[in-house]
Formats: sequence, C-alpha cells, structure tokens
Amino acid sequence: MDLSFSTKEEAFRAEVQAFIRGNLRPELAAKMKRGDSPTKAELEEWHALLNAQGWLANHWPVEHGGPGWGPVERYLFELECAQAHAPHIVPFGVGMLGPVLIKYGNEAQKSHWLPRILDGSDWWCQGYSEPGAGSDLASVKTTAVRDGDSYVVNGQKTWTTLGQYADMIFCLVRTSSEGKRQQGISFLLINMKTPGIDIRPIITIEGGHEVNEIFFTDVRVPAENRVGEENKGWTYAKYLLTYERTNIAGVGASLSALAHLKEAAAKRNKAGRPLLDDPYFAARVARVEISLENMITTNLRVLASVAGGGVPGAESSLLKIQGTVIYQEITSLLRRAMGNIAAPYYPDASETGFNGPFAGPEAAVHAAGDYFNHRKLSIFGGSNEIQRNIVSKAMLGL
Amino acid sequence: MNFEHTEDRRMLEDTLRRYLTEQYDITTRNSVAYDAQGYSPDRWTEMAELGIIGALFSEAEGGFGGAGFDIALVFEELGRALCPDPFLGALLGGKALVAGNDDHHAKLDAVIDGSLIVALAAEEESSYYDLLYVETSAKPDGQNWVLNGAKSVVPHAETAGLLIVTARISGDVGDTDGLGIFAVPADTNGLQVLGYNTIDGGRAGEVLLNSVTLPASALIARDGDAAALLVDIAGYAHLALSAEALGVMEVMKTSTMEYLQTRKQFGVTIGKFQVLQHRMVDLVLEIEQARSSVINAATLPADMIQRRKFLAAAKMTVSEAGTKVAEESIQMHGGIGMTWEMPLSHYAKRLTMIGHQFGDEDFHLAQYIALSKETAA
Repeated sequence: MDLSFSTKEEAFRAEVQAFIRGNLRPELAAKMKRGDSPTKAELEEWHALLNAQGWLANHWPVEHGGPGWGPVERYLFELECAQAHAPHIVPFGVGMLGPVLIKYGNEAQKSHWLPRILDGSDWWCQGYSEPGAGSDLASVKTTAVRDGDSYVVNGQKTWTTLGQYADMIFCLVRTSSEGKRQQGISFLLINMKTPGIDIRPIITIEGGHEVNEIFFTDVRVPAENRVGEENKGWTYAKYLLTYERTNIAGVGASLSALAHLKEAAAKRNKAGRPLLDDPYFAARVARVEISLENMITTNLRVLASVAGGGVPGAESSLLKIQGTVIYQEITSLLRRAMGNIAAPYYPDASETGFNGPFAGPEAAVHAAGDYFNHRKLSIFGGSNEIQRNIVSKAMLGL
Repeated sequence: MNFEHTEDRRMLEDTLRRYLTEQYDITTRNSVAYDAQGYSPDRWTEMAELGIIGALFSEAEGGFGGAGFDIALVFEELGRALCPDPFLGALLGGKALVAGNDDHHAKLDAVIDGSLIVALAAEEESSYYDLLYVETSAKPDGQNWVLNGAKSVVPHAETAGLLIVTARISGDVGDTDGLGIFAVPADTNGLQVLGYNTIDGGRAGEVLLNSVTLPASALIARDGDAAALLVDIAGYAHLALSAEALGVMEVMKTSTMEYLQTRKQFGVTIGKFQVLQHRMVDLVLEIEQARSSVINAATLPADMIQRRKFLAAAKMTVSEAGTKVAEESIQMHGGIGMTWEMPLSHYAKRLTMIGHQFGDEDFHLAQYIALSKETAA
C-alpha cells in the first residue's frame, strides 16, 4: 500500500505545472475561474499550445503524435490543468474520433484526418444522439443509402455540443434495417458545409448555447468517408464510448470547484459571520469534501489497476456516477452560498470584453446558471441510470 | 502508487480469514456472542498464538506490525466473521500501556499473548462520544489515587484483567487539562462491573468505581499528555472500527447480491427488477467509497491534523454508509432479512452499532469541520 506518486511522477507533475505557468494566459484562467464559457478562439488557443508541446492527443500512441503517457500521467495532467483553470480539451476530435480512426480507419483516413485533428484544421462534433435515440443509442434512425460512390444521408441529430463551431461531424447512420438493430449501423465522417445540412441552436436551461440540432436532407457523403465496414459501426461506436475513461471521475474539476466554493463561502456573510462558520452550511461542504477525498482514492485504485495492465470496466461507471454527483453538489452549494444575490441574470457574461457591472460578488455571476447547466452531467455520456444498468450487469451479475 | 498489500500482510490476511472461516462460523459465533462470556476464550488464545494481537503492535511495542494497514486488515477480517472477541480492547488498552511507565510496559507481553484481557473504560453515560467529558474523579490521597464514578458500556469489562480508566484530577468536565489515565487491575477493591450482552453480540458492562484506591504508579498519563493520548487512542478506535465495518459491509453486499440472483418472485429472480438493481449499485458505490476512506485513514499521516481528518472522514463515511447498507440489505431481503436465523440480521446489527462506538456520523462530521478550521487557521 502506497498512495504517493513516484519521484518520476512528481517530476512530471512539476513539468505540467511549469508548462501551464508559462503558457496559460492569466486573463483566460481568471475568466475560466469565474465560470465563463471559453470562446472558440480561446479553446483553439489552448489546443494549439498543447499541440506545440506534444500534449494535445495525450492518449494517442506515440507513432500518431501521442506523448506516450500512461494513465497516471494523464490523471496528473487533468488534475493540474483543472486546478489552474485551463480550458478543457474539446473531446470530439482528439478524445473520441482519433482513437476510432487509429484503430479502425484505413491508411488514407489516418494520414488525412489525424494531423488535421492535431493542428486544429478541423473542428469535430459528434453525431450520435437523435430525438428518438438518447440513452438507447442503437435505435438510430438517420439513414444513409448507398448511391454510386456516395451515401445519401437523411435524418436528424441532436444535442450536438459545440456543433456551431464544427467543420466536420462523425455520425452513426443506419445503412440496413435487417437483423438486430445494432447490426445495421455505419460510421460516417460528414463535412458540415455539405449542401442539405441545417444546424439550429438549442438554448439550454441557463440560457446558454452549447448544443444544437442538425438536420440532414439528401446530404451526399463520399463513400470513402465511411470508417471501417458497412453495418459494423456499432462496434466502433462502443469502442469510442469506452475508450480512456480513467479521468471520467473529473477529480481535478471537482477539486477546483470545491476550492472556489470555499473561497466564495468564506467571503459571504450570514448574520455577520462568514457563511463557512454556519454549522449547517459547513456540514454540507464537509460532506462533499469527504466524499471527494474518498473518490480520489477510489479513482486512484482504478488507475493503479489500469496502470498494472487491467482494463477499467464497470468501475468507470461507478466513477461517472460518483464524480457527477459530487460536482453537481458543489455547483448546488455555490448557488446556495450566494443567497439572494444568485438571482441576477447576465446572459452576456461570457462574451469577450463583457465585464459588468455585476451586482454582488464575482462568484455570484454564474452561480445559478452553472448549477442549472451542470444538471447535464448526470444525463449525458450515458445517464447515471444507464451507468447503474451497466454496473448491475457487469459487476453484480443481475 | 500501489494498492496491493505486502506479502507479509497477505499471509496474515489468509491466516486469519482461514481460521475464522473454519473455527468461527456464524452458528458458533452466535452461540458465543450471546452467551454469558460473550467471546470464546479458546479461540481467543488460538488467535493470539497465530499472532493476530501481535500484528496490532510494532516491534518496539512487542509486536510485529502496528502500521495502520496491519490494524485495518485485521479488523476487516474480524468484521467479516463478526468476531466478538476483545481485540479492540487489546489494541486501545495496549496503546495506553505503551504510553505508560515500566510497570505498564511489563504488561504488554501478556496483552499480546492473549493472557491479559484489557478494556478501555473511557465513556460515561453523559459523555456522548466526547472522551474529554469525564465526571469520574481521581483525588490524591498521600501516595495514592482514589477514583470515584462510573463508566458506561465498557466492552468485555467483566472478563478484563485490567481496565484503562479515565478520571478527572482537576478542572471541569470537558476540559482538555486535568484528566488522568489509570491502569486499574480488575480485582481492585471498590471496582464493580454490571455486565450484560449487547444487541450486536458480545459482552459489555457498566463499571462502578467506589473509592478505588490505586498506587501512584497506576497513573499512565495526566493533563496535556492524557488528552493527547486519548486523541491517539480514539484514532486507533476509529481506524479499527471503520475497517471492521468495511468487513461487515462486504459480507452483506455478497449476501444481498446472491439473494437478488436467486430469490424468485413473479416468475423471475428479483435481481431482474431495475429498482432493486439500482439500489444495489448504490450500495456498491457506498462500500467502494467506504473502502477508500479506510485506506486513507490507514495511511496514518504524520501530520496530526491530516491524520485526524482522515480518521474522522472514515468513521463518518462508514457510519453513514453502514446504516444505509444495513437498512437496504434487510429491505432487499424482505421478511427473511428480519429473522434471527439469517446471518444477515446479525451483520446488520453489528454494522449499525459500530456507528454507536467512538462517534456517529454527526460527531465525526463536526470533528472534521473543526479540524478543517485548524488547518485553515
């Protein structure tokens, strides 16, 4: 039993910290700390800095441009980036499509798309969910009919995160309605500028524009843009969903949010005393802090088994549930901590150059909005109920 | 980073688990736990010979273990078997003797070989987990000390040959200063024990101290040293009980999972019902978190604030998870989970009552908050 990191791992951590200090603009970090949404340009700026360092595709094999990190290095990287309030890495190209192309793409696809993911030439979005296919992904209805050298795609995708910025979308499409539902799905790469694609924003509960719906009307896609075999897309889709989930617990993000909460609550007064001295509020904070401390070790236990050659299975689902419950509780406590000053609504607060004036403390600007926005955590990426189904089947034999 | 036990600890774990499985099955355990002694003297001696008590102490203390992970490992196994024998007293009483004088040190061998049963008599009816809240008094009388008062729910008080008793020399109840910790032989005049079985198995007793006269050498520690020693001893209790609860929970988890896989209603095994699947997953999640909290606590960091925070967090986590695991396991078993015949019911009782030893979740949450402020200050 040894919960500490090795000297080599600590040196790596120091290297990450030094990189962040030397590259992350303080204005951007401050903006992220306040809870503003980063702009496309800001996300691209951080991606480019990481790419120049060779750290962007940090779970890709070395021959495709990965840094050769193991799970512990990736964990420490995420931890340090989150605590320094760096923007997150947009997962769709680097995190999701990249591994699928590396495993299932042909040589032409790999040599064309992978470098473009790394250098930011293409902004990717994910075309999985449909109005009738949320947690039940296999019920995909968007069709792709082969016509000569092309597929003709018709249908609708939804919940497409940051699709408004995207140059490309990877899609699950139905190429056959025979046999089991899972057997007629293919995996297509579609240029968002193709005629027949219409994108409309979905404004979410807090007023933000993160997600979209995308309509496909007779969209012609070159057949060479199909990844792998026709009707085998379900295998690739599942691979994408299970790939590299060791950071699913979001430890860094929760630690950072908890520190922000405590700082903000220490500055709030309740009846002339810091809110953190209120026994009821202090108990709520302590509960989530203990839960987070426990999860950090739960997460390290899973990491250690992965580093030792194991494969994270249903443990990832447990971490997803626990991690989202903790993060959501922290956002709820920040909202609660602000009291009535959580009410003022600033829809433009994330716009570049918008600096108020704000009523109340800065921590209040997004407190309520962030709380509402993060209800998504227990819904997306396989809702927490789906995760319980997975654990029940895989770990408990029920 | 490594979450594997050392070879030595794995052997200790194997040895103890095999012994308990073979010699202390649940039927034997129940007959022992509810009899007039509340433990099994023969098995106690055998386990001492296997080195189980020695594993709780370092080489300097006369044992061959003593690290947090040794203690956690032993108590997790004891929890799996619901062992009612007086290991906790040996650990806590032994740690008190370690802090004492040569007379006290001389007793450690007997503690470790199992021939001397020790009981910590710290809590009183009004102390409500606060070990500094002591009404029992210790007054000097020439070279002697005279103790008067009463100690409550002292495990194995009747069979203990030696009681470690806290008493107030000066100051008010609750003061950090003014406490004394005394080693009191069970046959001392004026010491009386009113014994009873406990609802979760085993024996305990009320200890009445009526002008109990002790030589000066009976004093183990006083004032600041006594308060610090009590914090130290309580910390070992938190670790041991948290680990024991973990062992209890692991058995209840397995039992409930197996029940969900086999019990049929409406023509299917009840584990096919999603409402039960999800509740079971939530229990698994709580138990994994509890295991992590025990691992954190077992590291026993040198920084005392961090150490106490981990210990409070563990006891808080297992107390809260314990009640949930106990209640939900009974509920998912249905009526059969309510029966004396079903081992699960005895596990549920022990798990719940661990929350009543050395602080429940409210007590430890408050501790954790207070310690967090000390860190911040």
